[in-house]
This record gives sequence, C-alpha cells and structure tokens, in this order.
Amino acid sequence: MELIQKYLLSSLMAMLLCFSSYGTNALAGEGPDEVEIDSLAQLYDPVYFDHAMHEEVTESKCSVCHHHTLGTEIENENCMRCHAESGATDEITCQGCHSSKRFDADYLHKIDADNTLYHRDKVGLKAAYHIRCMNCHEEMGVANGCQDCHTRTDAGDKFFHAGSYTPPKSDKPVGGGH
Amino acid sequence: MKAMNRRKFMKGSLLGGAAASVVAKSKSAEASASFGGYPEAMGVLVDLTRCVGCRSCEAACNKEQGLPAPAQAFDDMSVLDHERRTSEGAYTVVNRYEIPGQDHPLFRKIQCNHCNEPACLTSCFVNAYTKTPEGAVIYDPTVCVGCRTCMVACPFYIPAYSYSSVLNPVIKKCIFCYDTRLKFGRPPACVEACPREVLTFGKRQDLIKIGHKRIQNYPDVYEDHIYGENEVGGTSWMYLSNAPFDQVGFDTDLGNQPILSYVKEFLTVVPMVLTIWPALFAGFHLLATRKDAKNKEEKTEI
Repeated sequence: MELIQKYLLSSLMAMLLCFSSYGTNALAGEGPDEVEIDSLAQLYDPVYFDHAMHEEVTESKCSVCHHHTLGTEIENENCMRCHAESGATDEITCQGCHSSKRFDADYLHKIDADNTLYHRDKVGLKAAYHIRCMNCHEEMGVANGCQDCHTRTDAGDKFFHAGSYTPPKSDKPVGGGH
Repeated sequence: MKAMNRRKFMKGSLLGGAAASVVAKSKSAEASASFGGYPEAMGVLVDLTRCVGCRSCEAACNKEQGLPAPAQAFDDMSVLDHERRTSEGAYTVVNRYEIPGQDHPLFRKIQCNHCNEPACLTSCFVNAYTKTPEGAVIYDPTVCVGCRTCMVACPFYIPAYSYSSVLNPVIKKCIFCYDTRLKFGRPPACVEACPREVLTFGKRQDLIKIGHKRIQNYPDVYEDHIYGENEVGGTSWMYLSNAPFDQVGFDTDLGNQPILSYVKEFLTVVPMVLTIWPALFAGFHLLATRKDAKNKEEKTEI
C-alpha cells in the first residue's frame, strides 16, 4: 500500500516538474512579488527585493533587468545580433547565469576549457546585482548608498571598523605617512 | 709578399670584425628580449568605470592581512578628500579623482601591481623578493634588512616601511594574498569583497583579452589602452579607464621596458670594477712609487 502511495507521489512530482519547465516562458506580472537576496548574509542582513514594485517602475519591460531570458523584446543591438529570435530560456533567475562563485578555480577552468563560449566576461552574481541595481538607481536619482539597501550586521560593523567598532578620533593627519 | 700579407691581414681583420659585430648584435638582442612573465600567472583587471569608491576592498585587505585598526572607519568617505599612498597599515588604498568635463569622479584602487619583472626584486641585495609562477611578488620579511632600496626602485611607489617598529623595521606591501589564497588558486580578499566586480581575477593572458574585448565593445566609454599590459615590461594588475590615464593618477611616462633593463648593463660592470680595479690600481701605485722605494733603499744603503 505504502509503495503505491510512493509511486503516485513520485509520478505527481514528475508531472509538476514538467509543467514548471513549460512555465518558464513567463509574462510580466507572473514573477515573484519579493525576492530574498542573502548571498552577503555574513556582513549584511538579507535584502528583500520588491519585485512587484520594480515591475511597475519598468512598466513590465522584463528585459530591462532580465536581458533576453524571458523571450520578451530586447533593445540592445549587440545582444540582438544573436538573441533577437532566441525566445525564453530555461534559466531566468539572475543566479541561473551569473555565478555566485565567479572566481573559483573550477569556474575559471570551465571557461578556459570552452573556446566556443562567447560570454567569457560574464560578471558574477554579486556584481550582476550591484551593477544592474546601482546604475539604474543612479539614473533614476534614487537612494544608492551601501546602507540604503543593506542593513549591516554586527560582523559587518566589525569588518568596516564602523558602528560600535569605530576607532576613537585621533589627531593624526588623514592619509598618514608612507 | 709583404703587400699580400698586409691584404690578407686586412681581410682577416675585417671578417673578424664583422663576425664580432654579428655576435655582439645577437647578444644585445638577447639582452633586450623581455621575459614577459610566467605563462600561467594570474592577475587582476581593474575597471575604473565600475568603481564607486566604497572601500570594501580596503576593509577586506585589513582583515585578511591582520593589519592594525584604521584611524578612521572604512565607511568614512572623508579620507577620500586627500590623495593617499599605501602604508605599513594599508596595503591598498582607494583615491578619488575629479575628471574635467565629467559629472562623476573616478576612483582608483592602488596596491602592488605585481610586475612581470619587478624592480624591487632586482634592487634587493639580500634577495628577499620572489616572483612566483602564480604571478605574485612576495618577500621574506625575515631576510629583509630594511634598507628601503626597493622603495626607491618601485616605479609605482608601493612598498611601505614599518617606521613604527623600533627594533626590526621591514618593508610592507601587498602580496596578492599569496600565503592565504593565491597559492590555493583563490582570488585575493579585495577581489572577493568588491561588490561591483571592479576587480576581475583570472589568468593574466585571459584578462588582456577580456580588457581588449571590453574596449572593442564600448569604444566610446574606454580609453583604448590597458595600463599594465606593457608598462615596465607588464604587470599582473592592470587597469581600464574611461578617462585619460594621466588624469587618474597614473604615470604615463614609465615606458615599456622593465626597470631592470635600464641598469642591467651598468650592473654587469660592477663585479668587474670590484675585482679588477683594486689589483689594477694597486699595480699602478706600486709602479709609480717603485722609484721612491728604490731611492729610499739606496739612501739607507749609504
């Protein structure tokens, strides 16, 4: 009896998986409302990215952030040379393409070994976020400092010698000697 | 017969001279050929267009290298009001440059550039420095006698001195996190900390290709030059900029010859001077004073 239940469960899972892979051809409004970004969790609290709000700001032009991965219209001419007819890809999340281990030896070797690869200079996950978010925030004239998005943890304060770890004021001239 | 001999002699000496000049030419060509760096050397490509001056790299360096607490917090941006140099307490510093005609300042992180043919290494008479195949220029502080010759030799003014140490002052500088990271194939702490991948870590040869590709893709943005690709014989740390390099604090007059090549010919003469000159001049002295000595001898005889 238990065995039958197991089979039923696994076949159900398989069906769900099939559907979910078809479901990647997402349209605006189908994205998550909020994305928790916690890859820097040591020094900063997680950032809760308001995806729904950013859909509004970009007037649902997904390609503003997602390049061509959703199969929606793209504007960058250089990308169009190959991706004009690409359609949606399996990977639409940032971390699907932008590695969180950008400079690991394994990752570097993988790029090194594949001489057919065009995107050899693809920034890692952290840089993808920061370059995309900050450049746009600057253009829009909205908050753009480190701590406008990130709340620093105690470990972060210690790392930056800031907050309760701020060094006492000294009379030494700024810059110091050589 | 005599004339024949003379002609033969002339012919021979001409041939000999030509042969000598060929030998000399090939020798000098060999001497000027650049080493060009280890083929597997790693490096970092610094893209100034991406830097916002957050100083995370400075904080990461401080922690990784166990450096003393800074005078001011790493999130205190007032330190950028003055141009800073590397010091015994900071192996890397970020400076801000206002560029005429641009709305935004540029920020430049400086640290040891890890030259292919380091002048510090050449100048060090106790051989404290090593250029590792991984690309790092490291040094052995237990050997360093604190003579500071490398500080004079470095074209980038990087090595600092532990003036605060009374008993054993030594040289202090960035070592590419060799001991803790690079040796194990990991990027230095500053690279890992940089939020915007201003610092791209990889094989030096690949980084040069990446740099030129970026310039090719955005010719209106970048200066058509990678600083460090050829400067002073090439460096492991290289820079891309969207402003003329001399406006961002770079020395653009260093040339592409390793510093070593300016002194190599002179230095080869030094051992000769040291060994031959004492004997030669002692000989001259003896010859010059022989008469006096003889006279003296004669006088004593009388």
